[in-house]
Amino acid sequence: MEKYILLILGAVLVNNFVLTRFLGICPFLGVSKNIPTALGMCVAVIFVMTCGSAVTWTVSRFLLEPAGLFGIDLTYLQTIVFILVIAAFVQVVEIFLRKFSPQLYQALGIFLPLITTNCAVLGVAVLNIQKQYNLPEAVVFGFGAAVGFSLALLIFTGLREKIARAQPPKAFQGPALALVTAGLLSLAFMGFAALIKM
Amino acid sequence: MSSEIVNAVAVLGGLGVFCGGILGVVSRFFGVKEDPRVEAVLGLLPGINCGACGFAGCADYARAIVMQKAPPNMCAPGGNAVVEALAGFLGVKAELRERQVAIVLCHGGRQEARRKFAYNGVADCAAAALVAGGDKACAYGCLGLGSCARVCPVNAVEITANGLAVVHPELCIGCGKCVKACPRQLIRLVPESAEFHILCRNKDRGPAVRKVCSVGCIGCTLCAKAAPDACKMEGALAVMDYVKPLADAAVAAKCPQKIIVRRSGRREEASACA
Repeated sequence: MEKYILLILGAVLVNNFVLTRFLGICPFLGVSKNIPTALGMCVAVIFVMTCGSAVTWTVSRFLLEPAGLFGIDLTYLQTIVFILVIAAFVQVVEIFLRKFSPQLYQALGIFLPLITTNCAVLGVAVLNIQKQYNLPEAVVFGFGAAVGFSLALLIFTGLREKIARAQPPKAFQGPALALVTAGLLSLAFMGFAALIKM
Repeated sequence: MSSEIVNAVAVLGGLGVFCGGILGVVSRFFGVKEDPRVEAVLGLLPGINCGACGFAGCADYARAIVMQKAPPNMCAPGGNAVVEALAGFLGVKAELRERQVAIVLCHGGRQEARRKFAYNGVADCAAAALVAGGDKACAYGCLGLGSCARVCPVNAVEITANGLAVVHPELCIGCGKCVKACPRQLIRLVPESAEFHILCRNKDRGPAVRKVCSVGCIGCTLCAKAAPDACKMEGALAVMDYVKPLADAAVAAKCPQKIIVRRSGRREEASACA
């Protein structure tokens, strides 16, 4: 149990995907204008990264590794296979959501297909293999990474909303101040670096 | 070596076919068919996604029409032809509306209007208006930096050499984006049939107007006396009432400042831009 808690804490705070590993910067800057859309993105990312971890781990273990189904080493196909699998998985999820929960489908909207090409999702899949996690560990790590992404995104969105209301000088408005904020936030998260030895 | 290539192609291809198969099966059994009427309605709309109807693009509006959440007469660029087509398709009677075109209610360019200072900042009207109320001495006039021209989806707004924004009515689709973009609220949508327009929004009294612009409304009330139905006085400013716009060239000619200008709907624009 302690192992899983450490995994989550490590992924959320110490090695935050956005602020320490710099993965998933595109949605971090793109959908951080207001809290409701950011929340939608967070839910979508948590869902896809948790399930995606399980799917990609299974594919890697049973298809690509020498001990797998084909008995040959196919790990050099890892990246492209993961992209393919994640894309297909997201599509299937989208179809199911549309059928069974149109409200959730509406709420997630464009974010679900956007996640297909999100490097944070691919990153967590690759890291799972690199760190040689087993299936439960991979799922927990994927969940923790997604929660870390959500935490960073929500903090950042809140800051940006406040900043926009503070009417900064013209030259600083928009992306300029957003990037400065992101940098400071990243610095702040470096404070967690000594929390856990990974 | 060659076996690796074969392996890679086979595994990736196989996986692709497998995933495609799953997707196909899933969408076959769980897929939600989009209402075919949405597609048909979308085909009838102009498809320029201007947002004048208040929806996020034509597809969104088409969905709203089919779900009967919106009337079919909200498409400004499509005009009555589209409204009639939509109404025919849906089997409802649509209220026709006259085509609206935007017009910039200012006639004082660089030659006519005095400047307070040389503005050297960002070429954007909203930014210029922040600097001591803009470089134009007239606090109501067109700043001519083209904020309206940049938001126009059909490039119907021209910034003349005289530093004045002019809408070409024959190109205008009446989406109203420029109306929102103008920091001076100089642009309004008017019926395309309206022929004459009073091109000034300066509410100051005559002497003050004369000091800043040679083509400002001085509030002489000549037009309001000659055509009381069409030209109304709002304080010291004559304003066209577009419910019953002016149609008499003789009245327009009475304006001592020559700012009652002919510029109607589709036909002519050359004289207006001169």
